Amino acid sequence: MGFERKDLLGTRDLSAIEIRSLLESAESFKEIAERPLKKVPALRGKTVVNLFFEPSTRTRTSFEIAAKRLSADAVNMSVSTSSVVKGESLLDTVDNIQAMAPDIIVVRHKFVGAAHMIAGRVGARVVNAGDGANEHPTQALLDMLTISEHKRLGPGLTVAIIGDIAHSRVARSNIWALTTLGVTVRVCAPPTMLPRELEKIPGLVVCERPEEALAGVDVVMMLRIQLERQDRLLFPSIRDYARIFGLNRQRLDLAAADAIVMHPGPINRGVEITSEVADGSRAVILNQVSNGVALRMAVLFLLGGQSYE
Amino acid sequence: MLQTEENSVCSAQDVAQLLKRMAFEIVERNLVSEKLVLVGILTRGVSLARRLQKIIGETANRDLPLGVLDITLYRDDLSSATHHPVVRKTEIPFSLDGVTVILVDDVLYTGRTVRAALDSLIDFGRPQSIQLAVLVDRGCRELPIAADFVGVSVPASAQDRVMVRVEESDGFDRITVMPRDSTSGE
Amino acid sequence: MSSNNSSLLLKNIRLIDAGQNRDEKNLDILLRDGKVAEIAPDISFAADQVIDLDGAWVMPGAIDLHVHLREPGFEYKETILSGARAAVAGGFTSIACMANTRPVNDSAAVTRFILEQARSAPAKVLPIAAISKGMAGEELVEMGDLSAAGAVAFSDDGKTVANSKLLRHALEYASLFNKPLLCHCQDNALFADGVIHEGLISAAHGLPGIPTLAEDIDIARSIMLAEYLKVPIHICHLSTAEGVRLVRSAKDRGVKVTAEATPHHLFLDERAVIDLACGEVLDDSLKPNQLRYNTVTKMSPPLRATTDVSALREALADGTIDVIATDHAPHEATEKAVEYELAPFGVIGLETAVALGLRLINEKVLTPLELTARLSLAPAEILGLDDRGSLAVGMAADLMIVDPELEWTVDPEKFYSKARNTPFAGWRMQGRVVKTIVDGKVVFNL
Repeated sequence: MGFERKDLLGTRDLSAIEIRSLLESAESFKEIAERPLKKVPALRGKTVVNLFFEPSTRTRTSFEIAAKRLSADAVNMSVSTSSVVKGESLLDTVDNIQAMAPDIIVVRHKFVGAAHMIAGRVGARVVNAGDGANEHPTQALLDMLTISEHKRLGPGLTVAIIGDIAHSRVARSNIWALTTLGVTVRVCAPPTMLPRELEKIPGLVVCERPEEALAGVDVVMMLRIQLERQDRLLFPSIRDYARIFGLNRQRLDLAAADAIVMHPGPINRGVEITSEVADGSRAVILNQVSNGVALRMAVLFLLGGQSYE
Repeated sequence: MLQTEENSVCSAQDVAQLLKRMAFEIVERNLVSEKLVLVGILTRGVSLARRLQKIIGETANRDLPLGVLDITLYRDDLSSATHHPVVRKTEIPFSLDGVTVILVDDVLYTGRTVRAALDSLIDFGRPQSIQLAVLVDRGCRELPIAADFVGVSVPASAQDRVMVRVEESDGFDRITVMPRDSTSGE
Repeated sequence: MSSNNSSLLLKNIRLIDAGQNRDEKNLDILLRDGKVAEIAPDISFAADQVIDLDGAWVMPGAIDLHVHLREPGFEYKETILSGARAAVAGGFTSIACMANTRPVNDSAAVTRFILEQARSAPAKVLPIAAISKGMAGEELVEMGDLSAAGAVAFSDDGKTVANSKLLRHALEYASLFNKPLLCHCQDNALFADGVIHEGLISAAHGLPGIPTLAEDIDIARSIMLAEYLKVPIHICHLSTAEGVRLVRSAKDRGVKVTAEATPHHLFLDERAVIDLACGEVLDDSLKPNQLRYNTVTKMSPPLRATTDVSALREALADGTIDVIATDHAPHEATEKAVEYELAPFGVIGLETAVALGLRLINEKVLTPLELTARLSLAPAEILGLDDRGSLAVGMAADLMIVDPELEWTVDPEKFYSKARNTPFAGWRMQGRVVKTIVDGKVVFNL
């Protein structure tokens, strides 16, 4: 019953029961942010290490705040990915950290499988904060927490995810979690950003054009177009992308009348989403952020609150 | 669910009587306190607090605000707990500053639950005073905690389990004592 | 391996030899002066050593025409000696080593060095020289010089020869010396930063994919060149169904193309990347701790889809794929114990290939005769070795002796190779090489 794993590495292997129990726990943590004293002693004396090999201010800050509100000691480590630069392999770095007996390690890394590698190596509980293009489970869970504030999360619900699906861990984690709960997920991306054979995933509908994906949909999830990608062969220009795939008022009107708009952030105004929509009444982007802290508190509490047998 | 080995100490009627008396005592002790609130400790403490709220509303004509408190995050036994704690929602939709809080729980035993509840309340604000109301005091304190309002004293040894059943969650009202290693019950 | 005057009589064997088209029981085989002297039921000869094999299989020693021995330059991964020891433990009596050493084997001096180092090796080591100087893909090596020094073939394996004009000239020039070109087929731009097969697993896990297209385009190019020039060409480590189709139709047209497949491509598919066990019941004590994203599943070309594996097995059975070659690629443990996307490509294979070949017999993909063709006869033909690959009288006494019933479990810690990067750890096998003989001398005993 509930979440009983050593680590949270992805949403792909989570059962519907595990997902719902995580979301329920997160609900209970929301009100702490409204208290004058935003702290509970639940993880007092526990050490949470944020091991970020990829730069990220928002996710790291979110985990840090979550840990501190649980009275845990949060330690941030920003490490260069290139072992050539720092002269130490991933496993050596991790062994060194484990020697300092952390209770929880939150890992973000440029490459797929890094969190799994670390989880298999250390006794500490591991939370995957993003491994390459593979998974970002806490993001998907906070997205679902946000959706559940407005919609019933289950069969009959439709969610459209639009953007660079191929390189998006947010897309993948959301796809697994949503389809597990019976939600219909429509993905849409330029052909160069749509992985082959994706249509074989049950519960997933692949749409060629955003208009198809948006028709009558309940939830619109826009993904950030990575401006910093070196491989510019993927699409000719930002202008082109914005024109064909950007979420503007007209496209949003195709969705259900009470559809909500989401984005994992940071948003590229005028590229994947217009300011009008991002700041509009249907956007719940800032709720995602505050739910992120509650969700991460729930995850840290469930992992750090008791020893793993 | 029948517990064949348990001894019923108080029936539903007894419970109703106890609550009426406690409500009276609470009102009497706090005649001058203007800011008086009830906070129930999840789960059964909340049901009992609601009943007290109703009785006080009807008999003393006072509408006391009610808060719901989950103390999971303040427990001192989290690391050693073998089961996985379920965190429920705390809802205290009013300020606790300068207020007299009547903290309500079903059974007072070691005192650790109340200790956790006190820590939690104080994190919420600075109450003027906190008074403790429990339906059953079964003794064997491990901390220096005492109740201000007690429904009934049921002295029991560590081998016994004292349970309060309430209609809201169990379908009926009863106070029972049974041996701890009995296979029936939770 | 100079000639010797000793004699060895093996009694009571089942001889399996495609070169003679013989699969017969109750035979004896006499080895004298390093050669096969006689094959008959009940040979009476006062040999220096007589061994009763009690019905064990005797097959020509396997010949691996695709091995990386890493010496000179990367001796920490493997040496010629350790690789040769691994070879004979796996039943291989001849191994051809690729040129991507440091320095690259693009000069007679390096070829001679390899041969010198191989003198004390238990297996016969045949150097393959590079096609281009430094494997830079720009200038042809001195093929005549290298042939004379002992190179048996040319290959830039590890890399493709991207410049078609250079590849053309290499094919033309190599035909002068009757030496085959072994082609690693890969379109570099399409391969890009791929690490696994581009398919369902890469789509689901966000790992950059290597499309079959990246291999097939270059296979087509290579075949077309060979066809145009009317010269032979050999395709290394075939891994795709489309590649199989290209080779098959080329052969039908009479193009002199040969192809090899590795044991790992014949047994594993892309799902091994996320579950190394994937249906196989692994020995609990020997199975790896990490079953997901284990870098022993990372090699080039990658493990492909189940449809590709089926096509490869069919092609192996019908002879479209002529050879089983391991592409034995040793790496040091710490090199492979990094993030999947950073790990070097490659797995070893010398000590598991023959056992997996025996499994192909059990799974009715090959007959025992066909296995010897794929492991010994065809490689010998491709490399132009006329003294081995078969156990006809007069051939070199290079044999492997196999107990087809012997059950064992793959334990990388027991390997003779310096390296441990095998995807088969914990696999339960039936059938094993128990003895290997080179030039009439026993060089491996289980």
